[in-house]
Amino acid sequence: MSDLWLGLQQAVWLVITLNGDLVEITLRSLQVTLTALVVASALALPLAALLAVRRFRWRRSVIAVLNALMGLPPVVVGLIVYVTLSRSGPLGVLGLLFTPTAMVIAQVIIIVPLIASIAHQSLRELWSDYHDLLISMNTTQRQRIATLLWDGRRALLTAALAGFGRAIGEVGAIMVVGGNIDHATRVLTTAIALETGKGEFAMALALGFVLIALALLVNLAIHWLGQTERGGRW
Amino acid sequence: MKCILKQMVAGSVLSVGLAAFGATAALAEQMKLAVTTSFHNSGLADVLLPEIQKDLDLEVQLLVVGTGQAIRLGEAGDVDAILVHSRKAEEAFLAAGHGTHRREIMYNDFVFIGPADDAAGIAQAGSAADALGQIARAEALFVSRGDDSGTHKKELSLWRAAGQDPEGFGSWYRAVGAGMGAALNTASGMGAYIMSDRASWLNFGNKAGLALLFAGDPVLFNQYAYLPVNPEKHDHVKTDHAAALEDWLTSAKAAKLINGYQIGGEALFVFNAE
Amino acid sequence: MALLPLKIEGACLGRRGRRWIGPVDLELAGQGTTIVIGPNGSGKTSLLRMMHGLERLREGSLRWSCPLEEARRKQAFVFQTPIMMRRSVLDNLAYPLRLGGMDRKAAQAEAEAWLDRVDLAPAARRDALRLSGGERQKLALARALIRSPEVLFLDEPCAALDGRATREIEAILQGASTSGTRLVMSTHDMGQARRLADEVIFVLGGRVHEYSPADRFFDQPETPQASAFLRGDIVE
Repeated sequence: MSDLWLGLQQAVWLVITLNGDLVEITLRSLQVTLTALVVASALALPLAALLAVRRFRWRRSVIAVLNALMGLPPVVVGLIVYVTLSRSGPLGVLGLLFTPTAMVIAQVIIIVPLIASIAHQSLRELWSDYHDLLISMNTTQRQRIATLLWDGRRALLTAALAGFGRAIGEVGAIMVVGGNIDHATRVLTTAIALETGKGEFAMALALGFVLIALALLVNLAIHWLGQTERGGRW
Repeated sequence: MKCILKQMVAGSVLSVGLAAFGATAALAEQMKLAVTTSFHNSGLADVLLPEIQKDLDLEVQLLVVGTGQAIRLGEAGDVDAILVHSRKAEEAFLAAGHGTHRREIMYNDFVFIGPADDAAGIAQAGSAADALGQIARAEALFVSRGDDSGTHKKELSLWRAAGQDPEGFGSWYRAVGAGMGAALNTASGMGAYIMSDRASWLNFGNKAGLALLFAGDPVLFNQYAYLPVNPEKHDHVKTDHAAALEDWLTSAKAAKLINGYQIGGEALFVFNAE
Repeated sequence: MALLPLKIEGACLGRRGRRWIGPVDLELAGQGTTIVIGPNGSGKTSLLRMMHGLERLREGSLRWSCPLEEARRKQAFVFQTPIMMRRSVLDNLAYPLRLGGMDRKAAQAEAEAWLDRVDLAPAARRDALRLSGGERQKLALARALIRSPEVLFLDEPCAALDGRATREIEAILQGASTSGTRLVMSTHDMGQARRLADEVIFVLGGRVHEYSPADRFFDQPETPQASAFLRGDIVE
């Protein structure tokens, strides 16, 4: 109990004094995760729409694989990315291991299946509403996908937020591929793991509270941004 | 009006996300050094790295891992040098041609930690082997790192020296497969015995009920060595930086900083580079 | 190139060996309004969907007088339950124009003109899903007409509407017909059929049972089933 209290106090103190290290790792957390989110959404949302509008031979298999990959343990993703990006691995020449870019790659792999699955669920529903209309209007496949993505944007926002939540709180993969290097790849979650390892529970908890606050803030901000002029119902 | 505000917020969120990459990539000279958790937990790095940055204009990026993984990082060429403390593994690393040479820098020592009431009575033991023998006979809870790290390997060799075989131990022997800090947390939670390097123990913040019970046997000394990665295997390795760092680590200035580093009034490391 | 006549020969719909429509032989030509009537479950909806190309033929053929791609562009469909896109009323109406490549401003201007015509101008900025049933069907009708189709199919567009909304819809339809749009519409409202029809398709058991000019069909139907249906008897 005293640890919790101390942690909360310390969190407040770190925030109001704008502790330099805290600001740095918080910004890096945001930078890595938001970049991963943008990249992952750019991949996952059109994929989800395509899976909704197009009947192709491996469609069911792709959906099943996506659903299965949602449960992928991040540390396994981390290990695979690590082995791939390592100097002795196939993409070693890029020299990306232990950089923020490597962390972005790992997070993208982790959240693409999640975003695509959730997005597909809602777009499939939307497509069953729109199917006859869009076929009747003689739309091209591209137009169908664009229409679903636009009209389903609120549901897609939820999917993206789920991806953000998973990415910002992720530690296993980015610890492995980022290396938790001070001033280079240390982010909130890996710093928490480090402080826990040092037995500094109060500091670890303080960082944890900052992480929770950050996740809440970003969620609120995105929801606010996503509301239309007239307030939405979708 | 509200729309404009929203666009501004959206824009700034995106720029935080995307722009900061340039900043991290544009820094001065960098090299990567794999070090063990026990070294990092000592806090010595926080003293040395700023001095290195000042003197050499070199940013040393630390990858804090177990000795096993540090060796693997060196083998794969993912770091420029390693600083570890497991002689056998180091020699194998050199024999396979992954490193250019091995340079001893300093040593610290391992200590036995346990519950303050010391049910196995190791505080009065005559040697490290005796102390372990007593723990085994009492079948007192013992936490092992179990992660193939230098500390773990040291612990296994001590058990063998005490005539014990950890393979055959019962459930009182808990191999947690974690770093020093996490293992200490576990020992603290279970009231178990554990072997730790002195630095990690002194810096550990969650001592609750644990105490340092045994130390001082020369077999517990823990030699740190610096091994640059062989550029013949990996031509991208920053040999110049690795050599500069080695010169610095073995300099008189480093000797003074290392010998002078204290936690709670206790010196932790003894500089012994030649 | 003219869309009509539409020639249907031996067309069937069905799946897994079961046939629920057909074989249908039909030639749709000329001007005016064709009303499709028949008992519930006789296949009115399926026949319309088949003609519009929403269903895949199991057998037979269906040919417009121009290439298929052009034919698809020159027709539209109004569903019994209007499909509202999750957008504002105005954006629903502008959508087909935007599909055709019209720029946003021009599309919205034309959509606003149409909203005036169907009396929905005050609702332009509302979410389409918040409209009443009658308003929805007017919007769906305007959305189908906005690209001036040569042929418009309607599947019982007034089935769930009150008298006032029905009157509004019929007025819009008569306007469209006057300006040259060929209407093909199913209904189970015999009064509506009599009001609008130039010719009648009587569907029974998945086949075109009778196809004749409206006055002849209502005055002296050729088949006993059609007379029975017109009398109000149950026909199977």
